[in-house]
Amino acid sequence: MSKNLRINNKQFVDETRKLSFVFNGKKLYGYKGDTLASALLSNDIHLVGRSFKYHRPRGIMTSGSEEPNAILQIGNDDALTEPNVRATEIELYDGLICNSQNCWPSVKFDIGGINNFLSPLLPAGFYYKTFMWPASFWGKYEYFIRKSAGLGKSPTKQDPDMYDHRYMHCDILIVGGGVSGLIAAKIASDDNKKVLLLEDKELLGGSLIYDDNDISKIDDQKSSEWLKKLIDNIKNDKNIIIKTRTSLAAYHNYNFLLARQNLTDHLSVNDRNNKIRQRLYKIRAKKVIISTGAIERPQVFHNNDRPGIMLASAVKKYIDYYGVRCGLENVIFTNNDSAYETALSLHKSGTKLNAIVDIRDNSSSEIVNQVKGLGIQIYWNHSVVDTKGYKRINKVTIMKLNDKGNDVIGKKIELNCDCLSVSGGWTPMVHLFTQSGGKLKFDNKDNIFVPDKTNLNQLSIGSAKGDFELDDVLKNSIKDTKKFLNIENSNFDKIDVKCSKEKDKKNIWLLPSDKPLSKTKPFLDYQNDSTAKDIKLALREGFKSIEHVKRYTTTGMGTDQGKLANMHALGIVADTTNTNMGDLGTTTFRPPYTPLTFGTIVGRNVGQFFDIFRKTPMHDWHVDNNAKFENVGQWKRAWYYPKDGETMYDAVQRESKAARESSGILDASTLGKIDIQGTDANEFLNRVYTNAWSKLQIGKCRYGLMLNEDGMVYDDGVTTKLGENHYLMTTTTGGAANVMSKLEDYLQTEWPELDVFLTSVTDHYATASVCGPNAKKIINKIFKNLDLSDESFPHMSFKEVKLGNISCRIMRISFTGELSYEINVEASYGKYIWEKCIEAGKEFNITPYGTETMHLLRAEKGFIIVGQDTDGTMTPVDLQMDWIISKKKYDFIGKRSLYRSDTIREDRKQLVGLLTDDPNEILEEGAQLIKDGNKNPVDMLGHVTSSYFSPTLKKSIALAILKEGKKLKGQKLLVPMIDKTIKVTVSDTIFLDKENERING
Amino acid sequence: MFLINCPYCGERDQSEFVSGGEAHIARPKQPTELNDDQWAEYLFMRKNIKGIQFERWNHAHGCRKWFNVARDTSNDKIEKIYKMGEQPPKL
Ligand SMILES: [Zn+2]
Repeated sequence: MSKNLRINNKQFVDETRKLSFVFNGKKLYGYKGDTLASALLSNDIHLVGRSFKYHRPRGIMTSGSEEPNAILQIGNDDALTEPNVRATEIELYDGLICNSQNCWPSVKFDIGGINNFLSPLLPAGFYYKTFMWPASFWGKYEYFIRKSAGLGKSPTKQDPDMYDHRYMHCDILIVGGGVSGLIAAKIASDDNKKVLLLEDKELLGGSLIYDDNDISKIDDQKSSEWLKKLIDNIKNDKNIIIKTRTSLAAYHNYNFLLARQNLTDHLSVNDRNNKIRQRLYKIRAKKVIISTGAIERPQVFHNNDRPGIMLASAVKKYIDYYGVRCGLENVIFTNNDSAYETALSLHKSGTKLNAIVDIRDNSSSEIVNQVKGLGIQIYWNHSVVDTKGYKRINKVTIMKLNDKGNDVIGKKIELNCDCLSVSGGWTPMVHLFTQSGGKLKFDNKDNIFVPDKTNLNQLSIGSAKGDFELDDVLKNSIKDTKKFLNIENSNFDKIDVKCSKEKDKKNIWLLPSDKPLSKTKPFLDYQNDSTAKDIKLALREGFKSIEHVKRYTTTGMGTDQGKLANMHALGIVADTTNTNMGDLGTTTFRPPYTPLTFGTIVGRNVGQFFDIFRKTPMHDWHVDNNAKFENVGQWKRAWYYPKDGETMYDAVQRESKAARESSGILDASTLGKIDIQGTDANEFLNRVYTNAWSKLQIGKCRYGLMLNEDGMVYDDGVTTKLGENHYLMTTTTGGAANVMSKLEDYLQTEWPELDVFLTSVTDHYATASVCGPNAKKIINKIFKNLDLSDESFPHMSFKEVKLGNISCRIMRISFTGELSYEINVEASYGKYIWEKCIEAGKEFNITPYGTETMHLLRAEKGFIIVGQDTDGTMTPVDLQMDWIISKKKYDFIGKRSLYRSDTIREDRKQLVGLLTDDPNEILEEGAQLIKDGNKNPVDMLGHVTSSYFSPTLKKSIALAILKEGKKLKGQKLLVPMIDKTIKVTVSDTIFLDKENERING
Repeated sequence: MFLINCPYCGERDQSEFVSGGEAHIARPKQPTELNDDQWAEYLFMRKNIKGIQFERWNHAHGCRKWFNVARDTSNDKIEKIYKMGEQPPKL
């Protein structure tokens, strides 16, 4: 670069540490301490991207998180690349690679730029209006919109970085390490409070730390010198924990806040190895002080978006903090005093300032008088009406304002410039305050929204609450903090502050132009390319609520959440509709305040740690024996055990056959188990199950169906009476926790008089279920002294026996229809008893089977699975299980609902069996049932819930729910599939062994 | 995320609790005496008001006790916490 844009500086940038980086393929240099933005500007690069809709060239505009334009793609690695990174926020590191987004083929020649010339065709709501019709064309539109628009590329590979979460608790959380936050921290610490201070930048001090004018004085010292001493003091304060590079993402109710700390993003890639990239703090604070400062507003005039047009405060920061001139021919355009600080900084750094354009009639404050004394040309009562320069501003055109400020008069004056500093006043950063539910009020004096009412223990201070002048900031921060913390005296009580005071104010939301509005482009939201015209169009088209105007024009909907745009949008709506801004309300700010990566949000909960998973005591055996697993709730259940390259179908056919012909074994440990004790345990069971329990004898088992109060089937399972007042209830695997909660709820709230105690023992017992014609022989080999005769140990009964020292609870119950024993042992003996069964069963070809075979076997018998054949809309009557509803019991959960007008309808969907006309055709679960394929639209009569090929019956079987199913037995129906229509016949739900002979072996 | 003062354990994070909907809807003692409308009133009708609402909460990942909460639904402020069986406070 031939231009010398670096000035001798500086305390914040280390010129001894030169860093190289690559922007759009070109190698450039900056220094340690630069942001990517300041490094680009020092290389005279303003143009960094194209706008979203019109593809207009856009440059760096700000120096902070409000940046709408300088949004870059960082990195070129498929796993580590990150889109939408603000160049103004990222600290420069050696080897940084970045590229412009949103331009194709390049930032300098962009095809989409043609939209700029088509812009009369792209008004607000254009996408809504145009691409809606015809609906079938959407796919085609989408392709082109995505190709020419879009903000950056997501990484395509898994994020290799590590992220962390940490909980923090404090008395006082202070968000923002500028002067007001630092003073508050010190006051709180002096009162012995535990303080957590967050600052999103690398250094504390905010904008005052690089303030270099000689008007602002604190205790007779230069304000920045005074502040540095305070910072040193705070850094050594044991009560204050400081987290820098930490931005607050979300402020939730009850003072629960999330903050993200960048730990490695400022390091060169090689220095990041094995370090945690970002940490999410989950903070619970007793009190919160918001000192997030304010952001400068631009002004709204024709062509206000060219590269080289920047916020005045940003131009000042680039000079005073980074030692970078943003241009060599400067013009300032302002409506307030603060831009005169930029004028002084430009002057001090020896940078040419051609003129100041001020829409006010005059100003006589101390700082303006100082600028006047430097002989700088000031155009009072003038406005910018146009700018020139396609990829970089080179001229501004100004005109005089009329008395009312609603038109421009006189002749045009052209000023040369390569950098236009713009200031339209300041907006307090109230985002966190509103996120937390706080209500704002409008301040007519400064045209700002300031914090008003909050339900939380919080306080806003400094410019975040609307104090912009140094004496107000300091004195009010001290006073308000003391009051908030109930402190009488502080060490700052005698502080002496001197600063320039602004006397003249003027604000015009949409500056007048010599051209009609329709011929101009006064941008509001740079990122979304919405202009003042779009706002007016939305109002003309009838959108009144600011929330609707926002969505219709997309103003404030970019990644910057309209930090720069919102106030002008509101102002223009207020002006156009003759409403007070205070009555208009603001749009809602939502978390996160600045974008968060998904990595930070999930932290360590990735891969195998995404969710916990539960393993049965036999899990390792299943793994060793080649089981495939399925997730049932959080459980890993053995699904099937393929042998020698079997498919799932083959394995399930083999397992099912073995179980029916000789013996099979299932790990049933995951079934929910609830130990029920108490003198009212029997009464309790009567109330929660549909059937009667009074006559159940000790040592016997009974199947029960549980309903919701609405009469719909909720869960099922077998309960065993272990002793006089002692039962063991089993539930479905997936329903265990819910059943437990539901039962506890009734006991605590509806029936507290019952003497019943519930204990979840699901994890305490392991269960091996041995079934098949040879099951008795196998059990006999293990428990040699146990009488297994049908007289002594009939179906639906229970025995407790010892195997060595292990006590075994054996239930003779069956979910497969086969003779079946379930052996329950303490969990730590689970694998032992399982292996014992396998060993004893060897000579009978005992075959481990998984959940898929279990499903097939029970479907052959027409046993339902709650959650598969039911979906929360099925009553026991719908399931053709009327037999389980006690007629004698006065009440049980859900009883009254079984004869509501809706539940007694005969045309409800009911459980049926289905047989395919072609016995080899297996239906798809979820497939729809219809009667008349020619009817349009066709009536959907129900759907298939379970479907298998039965190796025992040698045909396909299915369960389905079907409208009026009970009446339709024997009728033909159709199952339409994508490539064919399958003919089926409605059948009974029991396909095998209707006489229940197999349970006796 | 609320802070909820469990009457049995003290102040805990909301993530330890589950909400059980509107409080003080007692299960009818004689459901069979009710007509469809009366039963539907118990079964389905909930107030869902803006303002102070009486709710049931359960300390599911703690003592597993149910208790009542008076919460202002407009700002989520918990006005009062009281045990099962106690009458709702006048607020
Ligand atoms: Zn508790």
